[in-house]
Amino acid sequence: MTSSPPTLRIGSGAGYAGDRILPAVELAEKGQLDYLVFECLAERTIALAQLERSQHPDRGYDPLLIKRMQAVLGPCVQQGVRIITNMGAANPLQAGHEVLRVARELGLLQVKVAVVLGDDVLEVLSARGMALPLMESPHRLASLKEDVISANVYLGADALLPALQTDAHVIVTGRVADPALFLAPLMHSFGWAGDDWARLGKGVLVGHLLECAGQITGGYFADPGFRDVPDLAHLGFPLAEVDASGDAVITKVTGSGGCVSTATCTEQLLYEIEDPSRYLQPDVVADFSQVCFTQVGPDRVQVSGGAGQPRPDTLKVTVGHREGFIADGQMSYAGPGAVARGQLALDVLRTRLDEAGFADCESRYELIGVNTILGDRIMPTPELVHEPSEVRLRLAMRVKTAEQAKDVVNEVEALYLNGPASGGGATKSVREVIAAASVLIPRDWVSTTVLVLEN
Amino acid sequence: MLLRDIAHARTGDKGNRSTLSVIAYDAKHYLLLEKLLTPECVKAHYQGIVQGPVDRYCLPHLAALNFVLHGSLAGGVTRSLALDAHGKCLASGLLAMVLPTDDLRSTQ
Repeated sequence: MTSSPPTLRIGSGAGYAGDRILPAVELAEKGQLDYLVFECLAERTIALAQLERSQHPDRGYDPLLIKRMQAVLGPCVQQGVRIITNMGAANPLQAGHEVLRVARELGLLQVKVAVVLGDDVLEVLSARGMALPLMESPHRLASLKEDVISANVYLGADALLPALQTDAHVIVTGRVADPALFLAPLMHSFGWAGDDWARLGKGVLVGHLLECAGQITGGYFADPGFRDVPDLAHLGFPLAEVDASGDAVITKVTGSGGCVSTATCTEQLLYEIEDPSRYLQPDVVADFSQVCFTQVGPDRVQVSGGAGQPRPDTLKVTVGHREGFIADGQMSYAGPGAVARGQLALDVLRTRLDEAGFADCESRYELIGVNTILGDRIMPTPELVHEPSEVRLRLAMRVKTAEQAKDVVNEVEALYLNGPASGGGATKSVREVIAAASVLIPRDWVSTTVLVLEN
Repeated sequence: MLLRDIAHARTGDKGNRSTLSVIAYDAKHYLLLEKLLTPECVKAHYQGIVQGPVDRYCLPHLAALNFVLHGSLAGGVTRSLALDAHGKCLASGLLAMVLPTDDLRSTQ
């Protein structure tokens, strides 16, 4: 392709739904980008968004969509940066209209939005998929029955290509495999074929490295005295300079906080990866096992060695379903004997709740500051073990109904007048559990479309 | 000497499995990590937390090991009762491992 740019510059503007917005603005203004990608959908986010949509038909998209677009749309249009995002969540079409509305309010009447539809497969699963086996479970989809809220398939980059072929400034999707949000503009710009497994593997590698935003530029990395990160407060988000062969340099805007090193890149390479030689994606089975990083300048790391094998025959679907309620009650104990009083409170609670009929419920009776995170066994070196000056009792229990959950957390609060001395700061929460299960479906059960919206 | 002195680590979540990378600061310590951090040893360190087997993948060119801890997330992030439902803190918990100084001396 003689018209291909020598390198494509792709920035990562968000690594999760609640991510910081200012670093994305910095990238839009100073990154000299071609594309800015916002990855905002965790596993169960769509199920929660679907619940919201069922109560408010004009919602169900990412709660920060409007705020993000208000912040970045101006600089992106000015700098000629196209935006790709999965902030459509459970309602990509409405999200597209909201982006147009923001553009209108900013006086950017020329902005067009392409919406990718087709990840919602609840209907086809209901009709044809109830006998499918659940992954990581001995049961079939039918066992979840009326508790199912949503079913969304992880689309690949191929679903985004028709949207990129339009002249839309913003591409909005629902569920798409995270790296595919980055692979798609590479395929589009460099003309990579859908069966060019080697290059697709390299593109997925770039996407995987970028998809968690600040996690590769020194976020989630600092450990004072061991791994110091400069100016973490002003952590910059990453961008990749990718050439037509798929090789890339990971870097960030000059002057932003954080760091890009072979160490930050290696941590992110392996993040959420199982077998590095088989990273299953809708577009390709990517192979990261021979990836190498080279520091080629300050905050510049060269990435090479990505590879790929033919894509899987099936696509993964996340099924969101209701699974009862979690009761969570907490209370603090401090000063001499804090641990002993906290432990007595746990014993008292357990007796009361066992006698009230909750003995068989899955539960955790624990002390924050002692054994909540790593259990009782993993302790630091003996000189670091000491009696904490304060602990926080925590009881978490899975129950069937909200009423039961309220009864449970009230027992925690009642420790005030009915438990050990000097407990304080009781909190109680009851939340419905929206769990995620997975099934694999044939590719031909999925069909996608693209709609272009304009003012 | 703790594992923390020669390596850094990060965990991620996949269903009811935790993925755990352990990366040597200095490549000269990689073989020591490979020798000491067997799947059995990692499972034993996380006794009571990791319910299933532990898989290990070796990446010597990155001075890194990658582990998959099966059955370690109390059913998975979306339904777990754990305060740290993602198992994010498991990585720093591994760095508390005490290393035998004899082995370390031989790599100096």
